Amino acid sequence: MSDIKIVEAPPGIEGSGFFATSFDKVIGLARANSLWPLPFATSCCGIEFMATMGNHYDISRFGSERPSFSPRQADMLLVMGTIAKKMGPVLRQVYIQMAEPRWVIAVGACATSGGIFDTYSVLQGIDEIIPVDVYVPGCPPRPEAYLDGLLKLQDLVKNEPLRRRHSPEYKELLNKYGIQ
Amino acid sequence: MAKISNQTVLQKLGAHFGEKISVPSEPYGMLTFEVTKESIIDVLSFLKNDPELKFNFLTDITAVHYPGQPLSIAVVYHVHSMTNGVRSRIKVYLDEANPTIPTATVLWDGANWMERETYDFFGVQFEGHPNLVRILNVDDMTVFPMRKEFPLEDPNRVDKKDFYFGR
Amino acid sequence: MNQPAIVDVSGNKETTTLNLGPTHPATHGVFQNVLEMDGERIVSGVSTIGYIHRAFEKIAEHRPFYQITPLTDRMNYCSSPINNFGWHMTVEKMLGIQMPKRVDYMRVIIMELARISDHLICNGILGVDTGAYSGFLYLMEQREHIYEIYEEICGARLTTNIGRIGGFERDFNDIAFAKIKKFIKDFPPVLREFETLFDRNRIFMDRTVGVAPVTPEVALSYSWTGPILRATGVDYDVRVAEPYSSYEEFDFDIPVGTTGDVYDRYILRNEEMWQSLRIIEQALAKVEKEPKGVFHANVPDFYLPPKEEVYNNMEALIYHFKIVMGEIETPKTELYHCVEGANGELGFYLINDGGRTPYRLHFRRPSFINYQMYAPMSRGMLLSDAIINMSSLNVIAGELDA
Repeated sequence: MSDIKIVEAPPGIEGSGFFATSFDKVIGLARANSLWPLPFATSCCGIEFMATMGNHYDISRFGSERPSFSPRQADMLLVMGTIAKKMGPVLRQVYIQMAEPRWVIAVGACATSGGIFDTYSVLQGIDEIIPVDVYVPGCPPRPEAYLDGLLKLQDLVKNEPLRRRHSPEYKELLNKYGIQ
Repeated sequence: MAKISNQTVLQKLGAHFGEKISVPSEPYGMLTFEVTKESIIDVLSFLKNDPELKFNFLTDITAVHYPGQPLSIAVVYHVHSMTNGVRSRIKVYLDEANPTIPTATVLWDGANWMERETYDFFGVQFEGHPNLVRILNVDDMTVFPMRKEFPLEDPNRVDKKDFYFGR
Repeated sequence: MNQPAIVDVSGNKETTTLNLGPTHPATHGVFQNVLEMDGERIVSGVSTIGYIHRAFEKIAEHRPFYQITPLTDRMNYCSSPINNFGWHMTVEKMLGIQMPKRVDYMRVIIMELARISDHLICNGILGVDTGAYSGFLYLMEQREHIYEIYEEICGARLTTNIGRIGGFERDFNDIAFAKIKKFIKDFPPVLREFETLFDRNRIFMDRTVGVAPVTPEVALSYSWTGPILRATGVDYDVRVAEPYSSYEEFDFDIPVGTTGDVYDRYILRNEEMWQSLRIIEQALAKVEKEPKGVFHANVPDFYLPPKEEVYNNMEALIYHFKIVMGEIETPKTELYHCVEGANGELGFYLINDGGRTPYRLHFRRPSFINYQMYAPMSRGMLLSDAIINMSSLNVIAGELDA
């Protein structure tokens, strides 16, 4: 038998036959451990994501078993690779198509800042068009770094208040990017 | 490896086209010469169809910008004779204000995208090309980015202003 | 909402417009094909590319020679070392540097490993596209081992930046040699198992045999090179036609296909992996016969001196400064050099004006030239066939868009 690890329950009050805790924490726990990625792979970082998905590094261990190629059923958008200005509108549209709650990881130097491609045709970081939650540095990052980025995002998701997506601050953030 | 020498190629071309083949040279063993845009398709077609030379393969089409010269855009063709194992480079110099040249798609289907790329980067108009539109850059771009006067970096950037760096 | 319209839906017509890409999961990269469909059959298609156009050629005009290596990494990122060495050999050819044999053989080992890793991905993904995921997992495990070898040699996995102009940055250590030897011992059983899974598999054959056949004439007219050209029956391989890096000393076969269909391309790539293994074995034997510790040519004008000498030796410091600041003398010339990349003839057309940077550098990118036939050849094909046709062309987005 393999050693199956189960996440720890959030702090709460336990008695015979019941367990009471806050709604935020339970939902955060559930969300954090089943983040379905939408791999938006454009270049080199996408090849390293293949390695992360593959048997050696195995992103499935962290609950991201199912890469969701449809934006509707995805929780986190993994932007991997250079986003050219021609690609920008497409990326933005994919982000808009995702259902709330949605998170974004910018993987690699290009998605984070344009990387070594400081040119007329490359978007200097995807945070110019969509909000980003976690940045993973590297060119390309090692698969371990992908996993680290995922764990960092899990921390964010776990501790996110349930009402955050309805808050005026969040609406203001989206408005800043012109997303309704 | 080459079964025929550059001299043979040049002699055959010279016998057929005479003065139209100019400035022949052999940098690193590759026969290089210039022709005018009026004769380029004839030369390419001769190279391709000659039973001895058999330059059946178009390796590449690209261009170079030499600002300051009277004819400042050079379109460069690389052709390859696979059976003879010999390559040639053909250059055509064009006027920057009106860079037009006949298309090579009549000889090779593969010239299509190579010419589109050259148009996209340098603005060379290939006359008779079936679909001469931009290929790599965004469609609404107005400049030809590989020309030397165009900067590498996006001129509209706001995060590289001097005052951010105390200059 | 002001969203860009990707597909024009105006007008009445009897066919369906299908927008495949640019982020479709079945396209392994950012390729957009707007297809006109009559039921399941493709009537016509238009390819749009340039979704990761990064202006390599423009950047290259602004970078010194040694700084262009990282750019070449990011072209065909499935086999970066071939690009790196191709660029190094172009500059060495320009400068007239004669490489020691040992370096040539070491390069051959790495280039053939890179070819294997590239073909592994292509054939593994072809399996995934035809519905078999397990083969992909077997092969990805082996690709990790190739990456471990790269790591031992240059520290990076994917975008390797391996080697320098004039040789390698350091010698292969014993662990690297041990890992290479282990790989050529461990890999054949896995590849054989993979072949057993696929070669005579009824489903796989039904999906691939006779799909997208190409005649040699058409392939040559479209300037195809590499495995897909050889699958049509043309025995053109730069390694043999114009040997570089001492390839003429190796004994290996150039497999060719007959029909140029997807199945031929698959079989051919597998066979090329076997040939690559043969080459690596011979190269390992040859390296051992060469004097140990030679890993770069003796060209202080172009090859950076070791750091400890830079700090303690005036002459080394001067060389270091000159190389880094780009004050070395280079000839005013132009040249074209090509290597056999994993996808075909990877060419570098370099025009140098004697300055710090190339005056013009053009990459002949095989993916770009191979891919242009995709839309015309999809005509009349079933959509599912068009998908596996794309994966067997092995178009790499970075190389396509430059």
